[in-house]
Amino acid sequence: MKRYSVFAVAREAARYHTGWERAWKSPAPKKKYDVIIIGAGGHGLATAYYLGKNHGIRNVAIVEKGWLGGGNTGRNTTIIRSNYLQDPSAAIYEKARSLYETMSQDLNYNVMYSPRGVMMLAQTEHEVRGYLRTAHANALQGVDTRFIQPDEVKKLVPIINLDGPRYPVLGALWQARAGTARHDAVAWGYARACSDMGMDVIQQCEVTSIRQTGGKVTGVDTTKGSIDCDKLGIVVAGHSGVVADMAGFRLPIESVALQALVSEPIKPCMDVVVMANTVHGYMSQSDKGEMVIGGGADGYNNYTQRGSFHHIEETVRALVETFPMISRLKMLRQWGGIVDMTGDRSPILSKTPLEGCFINCGWGTGGFKAIPGSGWGMAELMAKGQSPLTDEFSLYRFREGKFIDESVAAGVAH
Amino acid sequence: MLILECPCCGVRGEETEFHGGGEAHIKRSGPGSSDEAFHDYLFAKENPRGVHFERWRHVYGCGKWFHAARCTQTLEVFGTYSAQTTEPPQDIKDKISARRPGWTWREFA
Ligand SMILES: Cc1cc2nc3c(=O)[nH]c(=O)nc-3n(C[C@H](O)[C@H](O)[C@H](O)COP(=O)(O)OP(=O)(O)OC[C@H]3O[C@@H](n4cnc5c(N)ncnc54)[C@H](O)[C@@H]3O)c2cc1C
Ligand SMILES: [Zn+2]
Repeated sequence: MKRYSVFAVAREAARYHTGWERAWKSPAPKKKYDVIIIGAGGHGLATAYYLGKNHGIRNVAIVEKGWLGGGNTGRNTTIIRSNYLQDPSAAIYEKARSLYETMSQDLNYNVMYSPRGVMMLAQTEHEVRGYLRTAHANALQGVDTRFIQPDEVKKLVPIINLDGPRYPVLGALWQARAGTARHDAVAWGYARACSDMGMDVIQQCEVTSIRQTGGKVTGVDTTKGSIDCDKLGIVVAGHSGVVADMAGFRLPIESVALQALVSEPIKPCMDVVVMANTVHGYMSQSDKGEMVIGGGADGYNNYTQRGSFHHIEETVRALVETFPMISRLKMLRQWGGIVDMTGDRSPILSKTPLEGCFINCGWGTGGFKAIPGSGWGMAELMAKGQSPLTDEFSLYRFREGKFIDESVAAGVAH
Repeated sequence: MLILECPCCGVRGEETEFHGGGEAHIKRSGPGSSDEAFHDYLFAKENPRGVHFERWRHVYGCGKWFHAARCTQTLEVFGTYSAQTTEPPQDIKDKISARRPGWTWREFA
């Protein structure tokens, strides 16, 4: 693999960009791999990457039914933060956030990580109390957050309207080292690095069934033929229920559509991410100048990848009160992704009832931020059978009543 | 957009008039049941891409609960029916078979 650098840019500029090579290979599947990962989203690719990098397991295929990063990884609003309430969450999300800081260097691929700060507005007394509690929990976890007062909110976000009466800003939970990254680049960067390690990233290859003998996984059938494996990782987000069904077990997961939209591009007006969980809305400004706005999830199971229109209306109606200037903006695009929701709003990284088969899912509305930490933990789990990052996120925690309840403070969280 | 017809009052409306109540035809398991059965009752979800049976409530209408048979992939509604039943009625099953031959959902087909 040729490294990307300022010298490479200069060299290619001098020869009319004729020397760039393909970022990853597109091979046909081999007969057998040590490990197959189903799903080339961020979590699947990061799992493969750390299997190779941290555990020396490189005979790996990542099979993807569409194009890589075409699932939720390429559809999310890219908020990266680690200000969660429970200790196991703080551990994996903070690991991920810290890996994001050096990801561009590690992958030799610019993922445009922008630690611009994330603010979660407190707009009711209950939220004030909830976020004070989170700030205290974060202090104990070593995650750097603090509760800020309205005057500091206004200083950080001049375009905000602090006054009510409907949605007054009473303060905010502020994480200065949180931010955003370029979502596609995260998938592309990992795919390039995996391909460079000799792994096969196989696109347009849908897994249609999972083969097993004697309770142990032996391979998968795909639209590009059968492929054998010793270990299998299911990392398919919204389609986890469908693929788990092929493996013969059910999950505590329901799939729903979650939407986002962007406005027409405007001049820079807001350089932090603002989340308003009471009104199920949040906003940031992309490098192109679009206001990126996310809203609520559908209230019923579906796989339509577009979502119900009334959520957009509700989100925008509420945000206009807090950011009056956006009332003049036109909407440019809207889209949806199918998110995998667990009851306690925490992910599942776990062994499964099928031996040799592992699952990483349940990231729901907020797993982009977790990609490197999740891949790190999942790779360790698959290589060694156990990982301190994933222990608490077992599929069996529901049976034992050991929930990791992240739904307490806010209905939506991204 | 999802459009449902309430079988209780006969009104047709779009989804904001209704409230989804999750998976239908769940068999209740009590304190005396096995851990396995109780776990499945509480947590193991049917989450199909395709034919699905759900409970819905006509919140901004007659207020009553009912059942809907629907496709989660296309939002096509095969039919709605009374909540006072433990199994989809035959005419609903026939309607689904006409549209999705070979469908299964838990023990129903
Ligand atoms: C609108 C929206 C906004 C969001 N905003 C944020 C945010 O601001 N911050 C944040 O942290 N998170 C956010 N999220 C959540 C985040 O996008 C997801 O949690 C994360 O991207 C999940 O990554 P993944 O790799 O698990 O899944 P995906 O990226 O969905 O990848 C799974 C892949 O599996 C493939 N697949 C499925 N079935 C099969 C099969 N049978 N065979 C082969 N391949 C298959 C799919 O095609 C897909 O590419 C948002 C999500 C949405 C939809
Ligand atoms: Zn009614």
